[in-house]
Amino acid sequence: MSQKTVLYDKHVEYGGKMVDFAGWQMPVNYGSQMDEHHQVRQDAGMFDVSHMTIVDLKGDRVKDFLRYLLANDVAKLKEPGKALYSCMLREDGGVIDDLIVYYMNDSWYRMVVNAGTHDKDMAWINQQAPNFDVDVNERANVAMIAVQGPKAIEKAISVLPVDEVEAVAEMKRFFGVDCGEWFIGRTGYTGEDGFEIMLPESEAPALWDKLAHAGVKPCGLGARDTLRLEAGMNLYGADMTEETSPLISGLGWTIAWEPEDRDFIGRAAIQQEREQGVSQKIVGLILEERGILRGHQKVVVENVGEGEITSGTFSPTLKQSIALARVPVQTGDHCQVEIRGKLLNARVVKPVFVRDGQAV
Amino acid sequence: MSDVPSELKYTISHEWVRDEGDGTVTIGITDHAQELLGDLVFVELPEVGAELTAGDACCVVESVKAASDVYSPVTGEVIEVNETLLEAPEIINDSAFDDGWLFKVQLSAEVELDDLLDADAYEAEIAE
Repeated sequence: MSQKTVLYDKHVEYGGKMVDFAGWQMPVNYGSQMDEHHQVRQDAGMFDVSHMTIVDLKGDRVKDFLRYLLANDVAKLKEPGKALYSCMLREDGGVIDDLIVYYMNDSWYRMVVNAGTHDKDMAWINQQAPNFDVDVNERANVAMIAVQGPKAIEKAISVLPVDEVEAVAEMKRFFGVDCGEWFIGRTGYTGEDGFEIMLPESEAPALWDKLAHAGVKPCGLGARDTLRLEAGMNLYGADMTEETSPLISGLGWTIAWEPEDRDFIGRAAIQQEREQGVSQKIVGLILEERGILRGHQKVVVENVGEGEITSGTFSPTLKQSIALARVPVQTGDHCQVEIRGKLLNARVVKPVFVRDGQAV
Repeated sequence: MSDVPSELKYTISHEWVRDEGDGTVTIGITDHAQELLGDLVFVELPEVGAELTAGDACCVVESVKAASDVYSPVTGEVIEVNETLLEAPEIINDSAFDDGWLFKVQLSAEVELDDLLDADAYEAEIAE
């Protein structure tokens, strides 16, 4: 059974081509994925991300709980509204999910996790929470709209209710603000500035229309994927899974090793992996010949070994094919990728291709 | 709704064939196929002179989201390919049945065309 977000009728009205994604009927595009991609890089686009899971965690010991549950350290969060990106690990170091957690106050944090991992995430969190007397409350009847692009904030502010406008006016990047029934974060998954707006489902279709009238174009999951890949942001299930540790998934930067005495789930396993020496890494690839890089294609590094593409696509901004790939750590600045039996040359780069509209 | 010109023949794998009346045919992918694929960004064409058998995967078209094989609907020799597409694959999105043609074949057995779907049959196929 496929679920529908409260914006389903809007997607159909705006010409969305609906597909099944993680059990949800979501728009893959509204005509042209390419146009939607450029719209976000050059102006402003919006995405329905209501299928994502919002969880409120409350209790006197909620901070201790999250310091145990997450590989990044919520103790870094000192100002209300500040957000942190983290992995949630298994005992063996495999990644259960990646998520964003907001510090609301000392007894309240808000987490946003992926749609495709909803069931196992909730099971895992609910399994750990009782030891800390933490109340786990999955928010129902909340919609979420991401407005992204260089003109996203200006255009969003032009249609937001006045209380929300005041609340977000001074907000810095990677912060969120609670304004009653609405919550607005200056976050996203495109490499562009913008907001992620959580609001009551009953108000979401009207906001969608207002944003559209302000020139924020609806964008589908297709553009969301090419935008995040250009920005070098990992996709759960492709670039990291339960079978891969964050250390071989380009997520080492999200692990808070200090303080050394903080015990978090998975710490022993990844600490041992780090001490023994990590064998693989995530790199960016730019194809130097004609073709398109895709997930699971084999990467061949001469005199070193082999790797695999974890996500690949055509980059609408660079007009070349790009990918994230897991390769041996000794990999230099060149490799080959096997596409339909042929080895094609690719350049190895840092895993970020575009930021704030510019090629990196 | 996709366009399905009545003068062309079709396959269930979404290729179209135009009989040029001189023992040659022109082949492409249908408007319906390009709609399913979305924005095309890469095309790999067969070699001129290649001998194709009906049903051979002979060509690849890739959109931003997926790669798809193109199967030769007929048996014969490739006599011309649409090289314009190498630099501008999006022509297929704009004009699947005209400027977006893929390759031309000198037929070795003309009778094969009778086995292909006509427009009504293809339309019924994609309506399912």
